[in-house]
Amino acid sequence: MSDRLDSIDRIDPALFTPAPFDAAEAERSGYSRYSYWRSTIRTFFKSPLAIALLALITILTAFSFLYPLLSRTDPNAVALETARWNLKPGAGNGVFGTDGLGRDMWARSWHGARTSLLLGFVIAFIDVGIGMIAGALWGYVRRLDRIMTELYNVLTNIPQTVVLILLSYILRPGFWTIVIALCSTGWLSIARFVRNKVITIRDAEYNVASRCLGTPLSRIIAKNVLPYLVSIVIMEAALTIPYSIGAEVFLGFIGLGLPLDTVSLGNLVNLGKNNFFLYPHQLLWPTAVLATITVSFYIVGNKFADASDPRNHV
Amino acid sequence: MTRYILKRFAQSLLTVVLVLLAVFMLLRLMPTSGYFTREDYTEMNETARNAYLRSLGVLDHPLVQFKNFIAKAAQGDLGRSITVYPRTAITEIIAQKIPYSLWFGLAGIGISMSLGLWLGVLMARYKDGLVDALGTAYVVIVRAVPSLIYLFFIQIGVSGLLGWPMVFYEDRALSWILPGLSLALPGLAWYAIWLRRFMVDEENKDYIKFAVAKGLPRGKVMSGHVLRNAIVPLVQYFPVQLLLTIAGSLIIESIYSIPGMGGLLVYAIRQQDNPLVQALVLIYSVLGVFGVFMGDVLMALVDPRIKLAGASPEREAT
Repeated sequence: MSDRLDSIDRIDPALFTPAPFDAAEAERSGYSRYSYWRSTIRTFFKSPLAIALLALITILTAFSFLYPLLSRTDPNAVALETARWNLKPGAGNGVFGTDGLGRDMWARSWHGARTSLLLGFVIAFIDVGIGMIAGALWGYVRRLDRIMTELYNVLTNIPQTVVLILLSYILRPGFWTIVIALCSTGWLSIARFVRNKVITIRDAEYNVASRCLGTPLSRIIAKNVLPYLVSIVIMEAALTIPYSIGAEVFLGFIGLGLPLDTVSLGNLVNLGKNNFFLYPHQLLWPTAVLATITVSFYIVGNKFADASDPRNHV
Repeated sequence: MTRYILKRFAQSLLTVVLVLLAVFMLLRLMPTSGYFTREDYTEMNETARNAYLRSLGVLDHPLVQFKNFIAKAAQGDLGRSITVYPRTAITEIIAQKIPYSLWFGLAGIGISMSLGLWLGVLMARYKDGLVDALGTAYVVIVRAVPSLIYLFFIQIGVSGLLGWPMVFYEDRALSWILPGLSLALPGLAWYAIWLRRFMVDEENKDYIKFAVAKGLPRGKVMSGHVLRNAIVPLVQYFPVQLLLTIAGSLIIESIYSIPGMGGLLVYAIRQQDNPLVQALVLIYSVLGVFGVFMGDVLMALVDPRIKLAGASPEREAT
């Protein structure tokens, strides 16, 4: 121990320069060049799987929406000659073959994908919109907290399947019925999530400090609150899509889904299931399209959630 | 503690009443033809129908009907089914169907909990390794692909491959395996993914680093501290899962032809069997709400960090 002290004494003072008091230096504040969004995007694009699936989603979505515009094959065109029924995929039979009424499975799959994706997008948009507004109010306006919490406790206690089935039954089956049935409960979890996030961020020490230092509220909201919420929105929207596509399959299975003349992935799967033993391709191909869509959205949503967590920004 | 429990209980009671009231009022909007069997409806004339409806009490003010329904339910009388099982007491129908759903449900919970927790521990222990990757792939498939699809392929594939019966037979134990395993799949994924996440969160905490720095063996840290604390948030959902086994699984019972509770509500709704719908909604909402209540109480008992006054626990699995 004393050796050390001795060696400190022996240090040459000429190595040091005195730091005199500098008023300007003392007032200078440091800031980091950290940008939440840049880090989130960089972390997200570090994963090759995420990039590949994002590209896949983009291509699939674009194709589902463009195909019905570009192709003149009618997904509901029934072939009158029985020779055109239940054809296996192959040359001259359409890429995915035909179904029990000679309808082209390739056209049906993509028209169905468009319906299901549209359903998912509409539900995600409404859920996230209502959830964000309700959640932000719930989190920011302190007086609302009690009422909203009680309301939330009551509403989430209701078994979801019961609501889904009852609403689908009371309203006539159709696109908007499914939207209403799924959105009536879907916004709740997002609102709760946003509320928790808003409260945490609002009262976080760096925000309190920032307010004390005189940062205007608009800047706090724009720089410190909103970016975190936007990432939640993207993640929740991505995860709502596999959920709503799955719900449509379920409702179709119990006979409360979209009308049978509507081409959707749910209807295709349920029809294909009935003919599986004789004509497996009628189930396998729509299922492949459906599973690719849902799995990609699920993984991309989760990867984005990981990337948007500041703890993963190194 | 007592205050918290009482408050949550009152809240749960209010929820049940509100749900029932809502469903009850919605059912009043349905045509009254749902109170007749098909033969009765065609045989009776207008006056006879009205007299019949009056005798059932359907023409009373809805709130009076609601009061009567609750009073009868409290005595264990849920009324009689009309269109699904004509004139059979609902309690009798349910008593026959519940055992199937309950036993399969319990088996499912048993399998999903034991295998799921085990998988979760393995995934956290060998994070970023092969087990973790395989486990994650499994979880993604189960959670992202609609259950109807993979359950159907499991039924077809496995029964074809092993020569097992494709549907449920009461007297052939071999036919019980697939539905039981199928029931466990979503729960297994749920336990695994959340336990893994909470364990990884826990491992990064300071007290764990401190325990490791003190030289506690890794196994002891994992089982004694990490696992114990990571499992707490999962406990909350156990009662509701347990109670709702009675409701059965619609898809599994339907594809394996198990005569359980699964499809009963959907069937009753489609057949406009109003008394049966009311009774089932009553049972399911009471069980669901009571399960959540039990979960909150259990959580407060297990986790001393929970502030009893405030509602929101810090971590939540969904």
